[in-house]
Amino acid sequence: MNRLPKAEVRAEALRLRARFEAAGATPVDPAVLQPAATLLDLYGEDIRARAYVTADPLRGEQMLRPDFTVPVVQEHMAGGADPARYTYAGVVFRKQENDETRPNEYFQVGLEIFDGADPEGADAEVFAAIADALSGLAVKPATGDIGITRAALAGLSLSDDRRAALMRHLWRPRRFRALIDQFAGRKPTAPHRKALLATMAAGGDPLAGAGTMIGLRSADEIRARLDRIARDADQPPLPAAEVDLLDQVTGMKDMAPAALERLRDIAVDLPPLGPATTRLARRLDALDARGIDVGTLPFEAGFGRTTLEYYDGFVFGFTVPGRPDLPPVATGGRYDALTRLLGRGAAIPAVGGIIRPEIALHLRGGASG
Amino acid sequence: MTLKLGVPSKGRLMEKTFDWFGARGLTLQRTGSDREYAGAVTGIDGVDLVLLSASEIPRELAAGRIHLGVTGSDLVRDTLAAWDDHVTELDLMGFGHADLVIAVPQAWVDVDSVADLDSAAAAFRAEHGFRLRIATKYHRLVREFLKREGVADYQLVDSQGATEGTVKNGTAEAIADITSTGETLRANHLKVLSDGVIHRSQATLFKSRKAGWQPGDRETLTALQDRLGTLV
Repeated sequence: MNRLPKAEVRAEALRLRARFEAAGATPVDPAVLQPAATLLDLYGEDIRARAYVTADPLRGEQMLRPDFTVPVVQEHMAGGADPARYTYAGVVFRKQENDETRPNEYFQVGLEIFDGADPEGADAEVFAAIADALSGLAVKPATGDIGITRAALAGLSLSDDRRAALMRHLWRPRRFRALIDQFAGRKPTAPHRKALLATMAAGGDPLAGAGTMIGLRSADEIRARLDRIARDADQPPLPAAEVDLLDQVTGMKDMAPAALERLRDIAVDLPPLGPATTRLARRLDALDARGIDVGTLPFEAGFGRTTLEYYDGFVFGFTVPGRPDLPPVATGGRYDALTRLLGRGAAIPAVGGIIRPEIALHLRGGASG
Repeated sequence: MTLKLGVPSKGRLMEKTFDWFGARGLTLQRTGSDREYAGAVTGIDGVDLVLLSASEIPRELAAGRIHLGVTGSDLVRDTLAAWDDHVTELDLMGFGHADLVIAVPQAWVDVDSVADLDSAAAAFRAEHGFRLRIATKYHRLVREFLKREGVADYQLVDSQGATEGTVKNGTAEAIADITSTGETLRANHLKVLSDGVIHRSQATLFKSRKAGWQPGDRETLTALQDRLGTLV
């Protein structure tokens, strides 16, 4: 894609922000430089591959903002957790390690809603506001719901340790699959693990003669994990029928009404899925009330499971069909847990989304390329 | 009109490189005083010798300032993003073998695999309030490996030397470093994870994809490759 003149993109960004303002959102303008520690703690090392890190002699490591959501959430939570709607427009910075043609600095326009009164209504509001801003453009919506997979996990016959391990790796499908196979007894126990279990079963102490203790991880921590390993070995395998149910849920890909029907059927065997499907139904009703054609709205349970890991409920995107070279023109989702992480005790349900104005402008024919 | 060949400017890597070319009928030598980094190639016309630090050779190849270069395959992969867009491997030279591995304290009897490390990292973060620290200087290679393996709750801390000592010194919980025999690791009470080999490195002759090729250079390269293919 040819880059468009920055002044034109900025004008489009401000025009979009004005729309969100007119709909009741307060404009905010977070700093470009953000303390790196917060973002690193949140995203882990992956963010280093994607964000520019620089050093400040007094403030320590700083990051050129890779997105607006985190600073907006921080600002909101610092001022209390009251309901609010925000909008913003500005550039974000992303390193491109593998594709030189992708921009490393581009505009985002966003809308974020902090409001727990009617979460599904807020989901629909953000989605509809963005769909509306993109109306007339050749874009295709995609939706998903991380909450559906989380609810399915809650219904499986798993120990708390095993469930926590799966929840932790929701965003890493490969490790997630390896864990499922392991818990289902489909993978042979590694020789090292076997030997360890045999030693413990015989009343031996694996730590005896283990060598010099070095580093911060203490003998107590090692013993605590040995205990967990021993407990886990006594766990019955996850029944094949349940793995099958989980696969049906995570592999769900259909138009929204059909997906909802099938999820309701599965919920008969997996009761904790019930409340999550109710939320999905309410969201579809709310979308319908806002004029979205839910009958043709695609739903994919796995959508958004490979992105940055703060979304924990509704997720959506708008892509350009036939143009795999273009990034999504808009993305968004619900991030309730993020407000708790950054809120130091306080929390508020929140959902938001961003538009990339340069891509939108491109589709409007703003450039020949 | 000349091909620039970059080779390590000192140490065993330089000597072995000279030997490797020597065995193929090309004499590489330093010229001038011992301290002057100038060199010459005899046995073929049109090749200039450039002596460089092994760690600078990847960058010089990517910038196209040298046509050919000898350095460790680990350095090329760690220094250059999308390394195979910038350089191609002409020859694996069979020396300078070293593995980039993840190592943890021997006393971690519960940790043998990368999956164990991931699980220990989760518990460590919950207990200590920060991510498990892995000391390394090979940031890109280690990060890409751990991402591929789906490891979470870790952070990389930079260590440009004496990395094996960081765990004992309390600045890291685990390390990712180059080892050839594992002796230094053992001496520092560390063990390699059973599936923790990130990259098996060796000295490699690279060709730059970015260097400008003048008339005659391609013929020189062909002539050079003919010579390198045959041990004298």
